[in-house]
Amino acid sequence: MKTKKLLTLALAAGCFTAAGALAQTVKVGVVLPFTGVGAEFGQQVDRGIQMFMKLNPGAFGPYQVQIVKRDSKNPSGAEAKTAVQELIAQDNVDILTGFIYSPDAIASAPLVTAAKKPMVIMNAGTAWITNLSPMISRVSFSMWHAGHAMGEAAAKSLRAKTAVVGYTDYPPGKDSLDAFKRGFEGAGGKVVDAIPMGGPGQVPDFTPFFQRAKDKKPDVFFVFVPAGDHAVGVMKTYTALGMREAGIKLVGPGDITQDIKLQAMGDSAVGLITAHHYNADLDNPANKRLVAAWKQEYGANAVPDFMGVQGYDGMAAIAHVVRTLNGRIDADKAMAALKGWKYADSPRGPIMIDPQTRDIVMNEYLSELVKVGGRLVQKNIGVIPAVKDMCKELKEGKCAQ
Amino acid sequence: MDLVSILLGGLAAGMVLFIVSVGLSVTMGLMGFVNLAHGAFAMLGGYVIVYSMRHWGLAFGAALLLGFAAVAALAVVLERTLYARLYRATELDQVLFTIGLVFVLIALVTLAVGPESQRVVLPAWLDGQTDLGFIKYRTYSLALIAAGTLLMLALWLGFERTRIGAKIRAAVDNRRMAESVGVDVGLLFTLTFALGSGLAAVGGGLGAEILGLDPQYPLRYLTYFLIAVAVGGLGRVTGVFFAALLIGVLDFTLKIYFPKGGTMFIYALTLVFLLARPQGIFGKAGA
Amino acid sequence: MSRPVQTAVQELAARHRLRWWEALPWVAGLAAYFLFPGYLAFGTQVLVTILFALSLDLVLGYAGIVTLGHAAFFGAGAYTVGMLAAHWGWSEPLTGLLAAALVAGAVGLASGWVLLRTHGLTLLMLTLCTMALLEQAANMFSGLTGGFDGMPGLAFKPILGLFEFDVLYFRSQYLYALAVLFACFILVRLLVYSPFGRSLTGIRENLLRMHAVGAPVRARQVLAYAISAALAGVAGAVFVHATGYVNLAVLGLERAAGVLIILILGGHGRLYGAFVGAIVYMVLEHTLSKAYPTAWQLGLGLALMLVALYARNGLLGLAEDLRRRWSAR
Repeated sequence: MKTKKLLTLALAAGCFTAAGALAQTVKVGVVLPFTGVGAEFGQQVDRGIQMFMKLNPGAFGPYQVQIVKRDSKNPSGAEAKTAVQELIAQDNVDILTGFIYSPDAIASAPLVTAAKKPMVIMNAGTAWITNLSPMISRVSFSMWHAGHAMGEAAAKSLRAKTAVVGYTDYPPGKDSLDAFKRGFEGAGGKVVDAIPMGGPGQVPDFTPFFQRAKDKKPDVFFVFVPAGDHAVGVMKTYTALGMREAGIKLVGPGDITQDIKLQAMGDSAVGLITAHHYNADLDNPANKRLVAAWKQEYGANAVPDFMGVQGYDGMAAIAHVVRTLNGRIDADKAMAALKGWKYADSPRGPIMIDPQTRDIVMNEYLSELVKVGGRLVQKNIGVIPAVKDMCKELKEGKCAQ
Repeated sequence: MDLVSILLGGLAAGMVLFIVSVGLSVTMGLMGFVNLAHGAFAMLGGYVIVYSMRHWGLAFGAALLLGFAAVAALAVVLERTLYARLYRATELDQVLFTIGLVFVLIALVTLAVGPESQRVVLPAWLDGQTDLGFIKYRTYSLALIAAGTLLMLALWLGFERTRIGAKIRAAVDNRRMAESVGVDVGLLFTLTFALGSGLAAVGGGLGAEILGLDPQYPLRYLTYFLIAVAVGGLGRVTGVFFAALLIGVLDFTLKIYFPKGGTMFIYALTLVFLLARPQGIFGKAGA
Repeated sequence: MSRPVQTAVQELAARHRLRWWEALPWVAGLAAYFLFPGYLAFGTQVLVTILFALSLDLVLGYAGIVTLGHAAFFGAGAYTVGMLAAHWGWSEPLTGLLAAALVAGAVGLASGWVLLRTHGLTLLMLTLCTMALLEQAANMFSGLTGGFDGMPGLAFKPILGLFEFDVLYFRSQYLYALAVLFACFILVRLLVYSPFGRSLTGIRENLLRMHAVGAPVRARQVLAYAISAALAGVAGAVFVHATGYVNLAVLGLERAAGVLIILILGGHGRLYGAFVGAIVYMVLEHTLSKAYPTAWQLGLGLALMLVALYARNGLLGLAEDLRRRWSAR
């Protein structure tokens, strides 16, 4: 009796797969934290994916896309690796994407190399990740994109001579420090102090670190903290210590002004200058459309942020691959299709995948926070076009592979 | 950086720790119950406070009271229906139960409200800086210090000078003896649990400005609550008070002078302290 | 079988109190290899966790020491193997296991000697702080350890020079983990039924009496702690061999608390509690999170609460109660 049931099930499953093959279904495995500390970010990227599918129904041509979601739970890499292994071995996905945390992407690299599956990274920002496997491409960012750009801008546009850097003590923080330093000192400035400010796990009380920075009296205080609640703490401490009145400008990568946290910062954030590849106030038609659709779908208080846009653009990249390869995903051809792929309709402006490094090339926007009609709004004060990941360009440290 | 600023900053941080942890110390000391879900009550309180302020326009003070009452009521229900069944169980089973409860509460909050962290909008009189004459300091930190001290005094008076307080202290020191003298220990348990959880709720709301507020709160800060309780001595309000302040000030100071050390200092200091004095600051020796 | 061999086998079985169903876990483990070839990566994680939980059972279930910091030893073993491979080019797996056991055991010996003077909540917090300190140290020396991002791409030589590590399907990793688990289990079982193991049970059940009988209580506790630490280190080493990657999470509270929950769930002090707990918890978590990526914690939490409320010592305790009730009819 049981064997008969098993056989029927197997037959049904077989029919489904066969039918699937006929309809050219492309299976995409999405590995994101849906629970745990990263749940917020996972939700943003997931929404970005859904938004792309909603706003571009014809993007995949006649081909069906089936999304298989897996929870990567915590930033240890081990869960993501198991999820990726099963997506490859059990679910037979064609493409892997997602990956908020760098350890998740790093741990999965050997798997995708061995299995030959293209992996499109939608967040993980450690610079040398793209060197780990020829199957990896990235549509998000590396810490160097914003850090280096901000460093140069601080020296040139803001005419700062001295800077203190505060950073959360883990690889993206150190990357940011190195990137800013390179850009700033390369343009004639001098970094007088670098202050590690606790780990990424909990939001520390920033007061002691900021007090130390204040005592050094720099022109500019560059702060990197992970996106999320850290940024709110940064803003409050900056105001609470009266650093603006002391003439110290607060600058940083856009991680500290993540759009979903922006309104929580209150008036204390006015005047903050950041460099990033996206903010929700960018003025281009694709972004206006995205913001409107986002609010309609997820509520008036919801807003896309850089992670949401990365999810959006990641799906655009995958759609390009699916159409170019006519629904039959061959790993090498997929990578060839991704290298040099240009997308002019991204909400963050024109983007491209660098054929040499498979990393993203995009605009960096210099923005200043202003208050308009009771809300905090990012005002654009400059654009640096087509920024590459300078870590790999300059072959710094671990990027020199 | 001048000493007064350091002291004030550390004290403020310590106060938040105290307000949330004092409930845990009393419940663990009195009931001998390992309630790892304590942080979840703080989180729930925080959410009630933030939401009532945002959606019902309650004033900060009124919201705090509501948070206290709501969570205390929930605590009574949970205590009578579930916790009471585990009083005779081993500590390990209590750990299993309360961790399970934390998972359930985190999941429920995430499903109901979403994983985003919640923003606290402080009333205008708590925002900005205050001029104390010799120094200008963040108003909210000063308010926290004042609130924490008042709370400690109120609790101390309550425990030392009232009849109920005496009964609770008796039950903490020797439950059997207290029972045989006619103290209704079951009722005391319920009251203390409600009080402890209500205080955690207030702490969650007050501390949200500094510690943040999102569904992961209960697990993220559990270690700190446990450290404050262990260093202070189980069931000792004054102990937890001084332990929390000590931790706050030391952590703050060391971060200024040795930022590279990060959170190492709290753990190292706790280690050294507990080895030297295992019963905590005011705990009974040989406990 | 000839008569002398037959009696020898019976003698062996009797002396070690081997029961027929003790072969089941290993048969099941091998069967899983053939029945679930697509899930071997997950299966390897389960095996590693079983070994880790087993090491914890030695101190918790048998010596009665409650610790929230056991991941300190798991991490010590994991980083030993990782650093040997990444910095000193030593990637032979079996000697790596030995090195991991030695390093983790040494850490256990040192910390046990200092910490086991205390007990209860104090001891719990001390073990937690020790583990947290190690985690912070690993972050501080990120040049050696890779810090938060860890050490990627660790490649290990084939086991015994013959069996290569299978990056994609984890076949050799699974069997390797199973073999190591088997060897360690035999060790633990022998230990537990030996006079040393009995004295541990005595210490757990009635500390005062053990002191009164003149048993070297502290020394026994520290020794048990050190052996348990060494085993946890082996689990950590197998973890790194299998996944080829190590980062700070191996020293994290999540791993330490997780293994404690698993052991309580399965039933402590019963040797097989580690098996039952790890398999039930991880399979439940795995299937729930695949079906409900956002809400699986709810189901898992409810399961834990139910077991705590209705089972006296985890699932094995529950099974014992049921069996007793059945045979009492």
